[in-house]
Amino acid sequence: MERVSHMDPNTVVIEMKEIVKKFGDFTANDHINLKVHKGEVHAILGENGAGKSTLMNVLYGLYKPTSGSIFVNGKETEIASPRHAIDLGIGMVHQHFMLIQPFTVTENIILGVEPQKGIVVDKKLATQKVIEISERYGMKVDPNAKIEDISVGMQQRVEILKVLYRGADTLILDEPTASLTPQEIDELMEIIQNLTADGKSVILITHKLKEIKACSDNCTIIRQGKYINTVKVGDVSENDLAAMMVGREVNFHVEKKEQEPGAVALDIKDLHAKDYRGVEILKGLSLNVREGEIVGLAGVDGNGQTELVEILTGLKTAESGQITMAGKDAFNKTPKEVFDMGISSIPADRQKHGLVLEFSNEDNMILQHFEEAPFSNKGILDRKAIHAHATELMEKFDIRPRGSEVKPAGTLSGGNQQKVIIAREVTNDKELLIAVNPTRGLDVGAIEFVHKYIVEQRNKGRAILLVSFELDEIMSLSDRIEVIFDGQITGSVEGKNADEKELGFLMAGGKKHE
Amino acid sequence: MNKKRGILHSNVLYTIIAILIGFIIGAIFLAVANISPVEAYSKLLSSVVSKPKYWFWTLTYASPIILTGLSVAFSFRTGVFNIGAEGQFVVGSLAATIIGILVDVPAVIHIPLCILAAALAGCCWSLICGIMKVKKGIHEVLSFIMFNWIAYYLSNFAVNTQTLHKVGSGEATKDLLPSARLLFPKSVLTLTGCSAANAGIIIAIVLAVVVWVIIEKTTLGYKLKAVGFNKHAAQYGGIDSNKSILTALGISGALAGLGGAVQTMGMGGRLAQFASQEGYGFEGITVALIGGSNPIGVIFSGIFYGAMKYGGSKLTLINAPSEIINIIMGCVVIFIAIAHVFKELFLNISKKKEAK
Repeated sequence: MERVSHMDPNTVVIEMKEIVKKFGDFTANDHINLKVHKGEVHAILGENGAGKSTLMNVLYGLYKPTSGSIFVNGKETEIASPRHAIDLGIGMVHQHFMLIQPFTVTENIILGVEPQKGIVVDKKLATQKVIEISERYGMKVDPNAKIEDISVGMQQRVEILKVLYRGADTLILDEPTASLTPQEIDELMEIIQNLTADGKSVILITHKLKEIKACSDNCTIIRQGKYINTVKVGDVSENDLAAMMVGREVNFHVEKKEQEPGAVALDIKDLHAKDYRGVEILKGLSLNVREGEIVGLAGVDGNGQTELVEILTGLKTAESGQITMAGKDAFNKTPKEVFDMGISSIPADRQKHGLVLEFSNEDNMILQHFEEAPFSNKGILDRKAIHAHATELMEKFDIRPRGSEVKPAGTLSGGNQQKVIIAREVTNDKELLIAVNPTRGLDVGAIEFVHKYIVEQRNKGRAILLVSFELDEIMSLSDRIEVIFDGQITGSVEGKNADEKELGFLMAGGKKHE
Repeated sequence: MNKKRGILHSNVLYTIIAILIGFIIGAIFLAVANISPVEAYSKLLSSVVSKPKYWFWTLTYASPIILTGLSVAFSFRTGVFNIGAEGQFVVGSLAATIIGILVDVPAVIHIPLCILAAALAGCCWSLICGIMKVKKGIHEVLSFIMFNWIAYYLSNFAVNTQTLHKVGSGEATKDLLPSARLLFPKSVLTLTGCSAANAGIIIAIVLAVVVWVIIEKTTLGYKLKAVGFNKHAAQYGGIDSNKSILTALGISGALAGLGGAVQTMGMGGRLAQFASQEGYGFEGITVALIGGSNPIGVIFSGIFYGAMKYGGSKLTLINAPSEIINIIMGCVVIFIAIAHVFKELFLNISKKKEAK
């Protein structure tokens, strides 16, 4: 779809001037400028922890800036609270949705601003209004569906509707595509188009260069809290943007040497399993991964990937089938047993499975090894060794901020949290590494870094099972791509011959024609 | 300036503020009841500090609640909520009483035996609820509260059985044999003037240190905390979370049981029939909260609570109700619970000052 700009260069709706925000001695925003016009899509680009979210939280009234000024529709304003921001026509859609699961779409949208008939909520009017707004911007939602029953993409549309319902003219979208499928991303792009056509402005926080190129007018780049530049997106290439963001040239191409895979490491045969509702989700899945090979498991979310990984890592039991790891039986074992057998993993949900957020970074780095030397001796932890280990990994894997060994992992940015996990699992150096969406929510620099380590493990002769919803990632890394659909492997493609269209066809349940 | 900010971040400051506010609110209530707060508080203070004898009484009062405080603090740190310390305390004191009365062996064996029995009783009492939680998903708060009452009636039943009941002495058991008592030697008792001064406080302090070491220094503590904070990640990391929960509850229960032992083998000397729940376990919750769930902090908050209990009992001498202590302690807990509000407030004020 060809993008049409709806920007009105003569009307500035939001202007942030020389914004400084300090947390203690740490400067998160250092004299940042931002100018957003009517009908404009303005991207804010920066690495994880660069200060994008801080800046937006200042605009949304969550933080008070240390210095600097904000102008809304030309008038200098001190935004005291999110409530105030909403009154000024600024709405924010957070990366992690804030919806009430058992409530319906309409109930979530009107929450706090319910239209009333006497003393009861006028549900009919509310539903009508929701349908009206959703149709105006081409957002398909079922107003009476419960949040827990709808897809992630639809949940996001509900969040956007929530903001529009409150009369927002400027929408801040924080990493809106982080958890969407490729199709859902396309739909979102269209919605953004419709919004700007109606005179709304959109501030897009992202580190996905492709999306910036595809849908924004201007882009402001922030690096380590500092304002770098504001550029017209049409005038620059993706490489230029990436270089401005990380401050050096970025290599998009994954370097991978030719290599013959070795013996079979992981072998799965005819695996059957049920999901948490008791519905069969894996229906006779067979798959193998060999040493020195990256096998990419491509598929639309919900076709059994999550369950497969949970079974392989010992978090879930299967009904029947065979799993062997290097010839040894690894079927329905405990997490400790499979780990000892040589299976390590980068889990999909880093905050649920990957890290104990309240634990310090150094403690998180020894999660599987705290009972072993040198980290403990006869049940007593060796703090010095644990600390030294963390310091070494933080240096080697560029985990920022440095010196945060004893800070809780929850204080790190998402990308750095992921790096803690990668550092731990790559250091574990097991025969098989299962990586599930390993670069989800990471910026270009960090993605390059994660990919480099995954390829390095492969080159060392380790077997890698890569499960990812990012087709680009699967295609650039995998030696072999297996497509999962409805609990079975429905197609296999060699990595270098992979074609996006063909994969998409297979992922949607199409059969491969030889 | 950095030092100043360090203080503003420290939890000790907010604990002290909470205690001060507790006293101010207590003063308001006293004033409303037409009692001079100045008089009441000076009485409270002098009953605790003016003589060495009072110090020992304070420590005697403090020992069992330090132990129940440790029990609750340990459970907080490991992600479970032991609201059943009350019941574990009761079965602990019952076990110590039974062994203390019925077994006749020299003190070197008798004392450890009683203590061990109490710890074991508390541990098992807690584990029953733990197993119900792990196997059947029964929430520990519910089962603990029920088990508090079961322990209560079990103890009252036991007190009145023929083997334990002392004929003609009202509703209490026979006295524990002297070999099962933790009392200091006679000479020390006369010297201090505190007739119940006992080794309980030493046991409490030693265990506080032990608990601190377990939580901060050992792989066991690492494991228990990991499960407490994030069961999923712990499991993923290869830790058996059910086993960890049971271990945490077992240790927590044993500590509360020890509290019961220290109370009967120290000050009590026998077990009386309860007219209502004694409250040592619930006081433990307060002590754990004031101590910030830190075992070393619990020593101090336990002594503070002990002082309030002992000093409070003297308030009746000036016709002030000793219940005022409960009001003060309740307010302290509320203000500790909302301490982060003060923290934000003070940090903001200090930041504004800096900006100027």
